[in-house]
Amino acid sequence: MTELSKSGAVAEPVTDSPAPSAFLEVRDLKVHFPTDDGLVKSVDGLSFQLEKGKTLGIVGESGSGKSVTSLGIMGLHTTGQYGKRKPQLSGEIWLNGTELLSADPDHVRKLRGREMAMIFQDPLSALHPYYTIGQQIVEAYRIHNNVDKKTAKRRAVEMLDRVGIPQPDKRVDSYPHEFSGGMRQRAMIAMSLVNNPELLIADEPTTALDVTVQAQILDLIRDLQKEFGSAVIIITHDLGVVAELADDILVMYGGRCIERGPAEKVFYEPRHPYTWGLLGSMPRLDRDQQERLIPVKGSPPSLINIPSGCAFNPRCPYADVPKDNVTRTVRPELSEVGSKHWAACHMTQEQRERIWIEEIAPKL
Amino acid sequence: MAHGPAVGPRAVLAYLIRRLFAAAVLLVVIILVVFGIFFLVPKWAGVDPATMFVGKQADPAAVEGVRQKLQLDQPIFVQVWEFFKGLFVGRTYSGGGDVTQCSAPCFGYSFRTEQAVWPQITDRFPVTLGLALGAAVLWLVFGVAAGVLSALKRGSLWDRGAMFVALSGVSLPIYFTGLLASAIFIFGLKWFDGQYVPLSDSVTGYLGGMILPWITLAFLYAAMYARITRATMLEIMGEDYIRTARAKGLREPVVIGKHAMRSTMTPILTMLGMDLGALIGGAILTETTFSLPGLGQAVLQAIRTQDLPVILGVTLITSLAVIIANLVVDFLYAAIDPRVRLA
Repeated sequence: MTELSKSGAVAEPVTDSPAPSAFLEVRDLKVHFPTDDGLVKSVDGLSFQLEKGKTLGIVGESGSGKSVTSLGIMGLHTTGQYGKRKPQLSGEIWLNGTELLSADPDHVRKLRGREMAMIFQDPLSALHPYYTIGQQIVEAYRIHNNVDKKTAKRRAVEMLDRVGIPQPDKRVDSYPHEFSGGMRQRAMIAMSLVNNPELLIADEPTTALDVTVQAQILDLIRDLQKEFGSAVIIITHDLGVVAELADDILVMYGGRCIERGPAEKVFYEPRHPYTWGLLGSMPRLDRDQQERLIPVKGSPPSLINIPSGCAFNPRCPYADVPKDNVTRTVRPELSEVGSKHWAACHMTQEQRERIWIEEIAPKL
Repeated sequence: MAHGPAVGPRAVLAYLIRRLFAAAVLLVVIILVVFGIFFLVPKWAGVDPATMFVGKQADPAAVEGVRQKLQLDQPIFVQVWEFFKGLFVGRTYSGGGDVTQCSAPCFGYSFRTEQAVWPQITDRFPVTLGLALGAAVLWLVFGVAAGVLSALKRGSLWDRGAMFVALSGVSLPIYFTGLLASAIFIFGLKWFDGQYVPLSDSVTGYLGGMILPWITLAFLYAAMYARITRATMLEIMGEDYIRTARAKGLREPVVIGKHAMRSTMTPILTMLGMDLGALIGGAILTETTFSLPGLGQAVLQAIRTQDLPVILGVTLITSLAVIIANLVVDFLYAAIDPRVRLA
């Protein structure tokens, strides 16, 4: 435990300890949605830790539970659910010593925007079209700070300036539709950082943006993190984004973590066939142009009927490597495969190392 | 993509002028079309307006006199021009031995009562306006509130109950609900006497006479507004910016009352403009059911007796009401949605 917390990185959580030492600790988080067709298990037992000043990248394809996890931390699954079928959340989310799932919802509301803030994928739809950028930032500031509108507006201009918007004193009165995509995302970032949150969750922050703008936004997030010292969770399906930013990487599949560890370990010594698939399907300039990308075969699992055993087994080229059909009957748990590095796979360490070195790595 | 500084007052003014100009052009076109329909169609149908005016067994000399006096013997362009002139500067009817001065705005004279049309309209207009505005306040308050509650408690007993009531409100005709209300509250319980009293005579008498028509009319519209509000609200609550509002830490009542309501207002406003305009032109069923001396009753009577000048007058007033209501809606729209002003 001591060794792990020193790293400030992802660590195996100790389930029975009531007082976590990490800044953010998620323990066995489950988010299930009841539907007509059955229970959708979007997140089904996820645990991780994150320290301040560190960045965790959560990677996975659509429907793997990335965004559901982030909304779960923010407490946005239980707010504003007016229908009869409420999402079912269980597990523990500790933020700075407070357990959020069992806390008073109004207390969690006060933490939102102040202690933890979020940047969304598409800034055009995430900003209210009828209010100016300034009005929206001022509102975010005044919820948590008892100041008059003038002071709040000065703060908004200051934040817009900080995120690199030219003429912030003029642009503060513009509407979202008068901004370009990159400028909108900068404004969104300014709004989420206006209260100096200690945890910033960026849910696919560059997916809706021009490629040329993506790098600028990622640089901005990195700079601001250094400046504010906050913990950052960056959610993406783009391994390039996490390579740029993350200290640690958590790979999700079918609502569970299948591999996690320090970024360079996950990139250079991945120990799960799904991670290999992700790396194989990532376009790279240094790859031979004649060679084709290696897509992960098949499609993401149904979250209502998650395949028994290892959720990845129907798509895994190595499903028959372990004996006795174990991949189809027993769900693999995370096991340590290196220093601070875990993977959930039935193959032995030796088998995986051999396949990686002999079959996968040369093709990348 | 960047548009430079925010929309200034000059852009808003230009928008207003553009809309006003369009409204004026539209009104002229409507006058031409309506005049054409009401004065040309009888001709093609072989009905002589002059005969209609005088009566079936009329003496040909009298018919000829009327034709001259109403200038029905003139080419259509002259007739339209005279009608236009009448609207703005008044017109003089002469022929058949006497001269009649009709001051602006002149909508002509009723074929049946030989009364000027304009004073009839001005007498009856306040009744209809009061009916429409009073009912609109009721249906906006109750319809929108019921719709919002239904959306927030989707699937609940309240939602199902409210939507059932709304469905009956939409399906039941005014002459059924109106008569039912009259039977219970006027003839059964005797709470109201069912008489229309002008507002200038007695405030309590006016309210007593209008409360049932208001409620009956509002019931129909509240039902429609509840359904549209519910549908819009459900859609808006799923918008990303509502999630952003919550992620900021806003209280739920503010998320709904400020962020969601402002977006929900736009389709409601659009409907309100059209409905109010149409109702001001005459709520025929409600006025007839409750014997209110409004425009609707006048136009119904005019249709029965083929009283063309009255029909024409009320039609123009209705068009004007719809145009004005939509103009107001457009301005409100621009105030609510900043993206409209540039369009």
